[in-house]
Amino acid sequence: MSEPILQVRDLVKHFPVKRGVLFRRTIGQVKAVDGVSFDLNKGETLGVVGESGCGKSTLAQVLMRLEPATSGTAMFEGQDIFSLRGAALRKLRRDIQIVLQDPYTSLNPRMTVGDIVGEPFEIHPEVAPKGDRQAKVRELLDVVGLSPEHANRYPHQFSGGQRQRIGIARALALRPKVIICDEPVSALDVSIQAQVMNLLAELRREFSLSYVFIAHDLSVVRHLSDRVGVMYLGRMVEMGTEQQIYEHPTHPYTQALLSSVPVPDPSLRGQREIIRLTGDVPSPVSPPSGCRFRTRCWKARDLCATETPPLVDPGTSPVEGATWPGGDEGAAHPSACHFPEEKPKVVA
Amino acid sequence: MTDPTAAASAGKMETRAQEEITAEGHGARPGGGADDGKQRSLWGDAWVSLRRRPIFIISAVIILFLTVMALFPGLFTSVDPTKADLSLARQTPSADAWFGYDQQGRDIYARVIHGVRASLVVGVLATLGTVLLGSLVGLFAGFYGGWLDAILSRFADVFFGLPFVLGAIVILSTFNPPGTSYGPVRIIFQVIFSIVVLSWPVTMRIMRSAALTAKQQDYVKAARALGASPTRIIFRHLLPNTLAPVLVYGSIALGTYIALEATLSFLGVGLRTPVVSWGVMISDAKELIRIAPHMLLFPAGALAVTVLAFVMLGDAVRDALDPKMR
Repeated sequence: MSEPILQVRDLVKHFPVKRGVLFRRTIGQVKAVDGVSFDLNKGETLGVVGESGCGKSTLAQVLMRLEPATSGTAMFEGQDIFSLRGAALRKLRRDIQIVLQDPYTSLNPRMTVGDIVGEPFEIHPEVAPKGDRQAKVRELLDVVGLSPEHANRYPHQFSGGQRQRIGIARALALRPKVIICDEPVSALDVSIQAQVMNLLAELRREFSLSYVFIAHDLSVVRHLSDRVGVMYLGRMVEMGTEQQIYEHPTHPYTQALLSSVPVPDPSLRGQREIIRLTGDVPSPVSPPSGCRFRTRCWKARDLCATETPPLVDPGTSPVEGATWPGGDEGAAHPSACHFPEEKPKVVA
Repeated sequence: MTDPTAAASAGKMETRAQEEITAEGHGARPGGGADDGKQRSLWGDAWVSLRRRPIFIISAVIILFLTVMALFPGLFTSVDPTKADLSLARQTPSADAWFGYDQQGRDIYARVIHGVRASLVVGVLATLGTVLLGSLVGLFAGFYGGWLDAILSRFADVFFGLPFVLGAIVILSTFNPPGTSYGPVRIIFQVIFSIVVLSWPVTMRIMRSAALTAKQQDYVKAARALGASPTRIIFRHLLPNTLAPVLVYGSIALGTYIALEATLSFLGVGLRTPVVSWGVMISDAKELIRIAPHMLLFPAGALAVTVLAFVMLGDAVRDALDPKMR
């Protein structure tokens, strides 16, 4: 892999919970993102999966500087993006862009498509001289597979998939190096999902983009990602290449997630073990001590309540007794579990 | 990094043809014609669609007519609205005086024509004032939130808490202590001022709640991610999406404000005879409604038509600004 373009270290985002009418005092913290680290390499797609409320979208917002980070760093091409101000921040906006989840609310209903896609040029006039903008907008619409004649229409005249293409065109306008996709297809029909994902894959090749691809759908993430990180309750619990995560998962949460994916072939049904997790995701206001997954984990022991398992390769795990359970060498990857172990028959 | 120009030719999506169908389905543009090369904006499109609306044309014609009446009342009547002939008192409509005569024997038709000016000026300017002041304060309070919102909202509550009539009496009698008599222009502006000062919190609240809703929307998030300035977000993204409820309120409030002017006249702190206004006429007619209903009917009818015209105008503008309604 080439050098990392985005390095995130110990990223923390806590939202204070406030009470009181006149004198608001903080009574707790929602620990939405609590110590996430990852590298995004140039030209790579990093998938981030996890169930609702695990902090995926907050991660995207913090990386976009839409919300201030509580602590941690994120280096983009050697610059800490959380310390940028003014002109440097504006420059960063040109390099990192976001595609939002809901194509029905992410486009201003009172702007024409041409205005929406052209807005980046108005905000960053140095990118395109005034006379060129209309032509650029038409090109962008063409690139995302819409007809340039659609520029004078309004968002409500388009279908969900087309709207998401408009959102992608807007994100693409400033020719960013990194695009953060915050569940870009989860609001779309399955048939349209594939089209939009193919478009994203094609654009990645054409514009040599790097994606942080956030989704809750495992198969969607697999389709597009080179590497995958699994999030649970504000933490990254397992990280590895697409093959490592999908074929050799070692964290019990990842195994449970994968076992919940429906099998399309009826003749294969019943051949694998389905892991049913009990209970709910604990509240992010007061997450469990030690390993956050221990309250729902079938392997939990006393150690899990006292020590937080770090996200490291099993070989370097400081915990005694944690061994890599055979298999091929290439399958070894970071897993935040005290007892990482491949489980047979959970993967289809 | 590839240039989109080069990429555009290479990047034809095979999916385009499939999705194009859905766009063509409801792609019938209000403009009628095919998409021309010119890029249009919301306001440009709104104007195109307004010109095609009968409701807009009717209301615009009525308002234009009233404006001409206010500017040149001499075009419509040559009778002096203050000339009183007590022998004609309370005579019903006839060929000589189309709307009849009032208690003092003045020609009601002439008075209705001459009364447009004061009523229209009060109604339009007071509406403009409350809508502009209230919307701006509401937008900023809703967008910035926090302590700015707290201060602005409590400040608005102070004015909101004042009963209108009491507040207006206090304001007007402070500016016009008993014994003084200022010209009608000065009093009209004092009336407008007191209406604006006492009514802006309503528009402020409407705008604030609309802005609170709109700023949560993803398109605002997307604009912030692009690096849009707060001014840009407020005026390009929030304002067009929050204007509709304020416009509706404004067009209804206009009629109320004309009536408020009448209330103040009736209480003796607003306009006074010999100044002619519909408000003065309606309050004069109040006690005589059983004996001479035509005294109330004509100025009140004129008021109703004016209010209706502005309500229709407000409706048409609101619909034109909503692309989904076109």
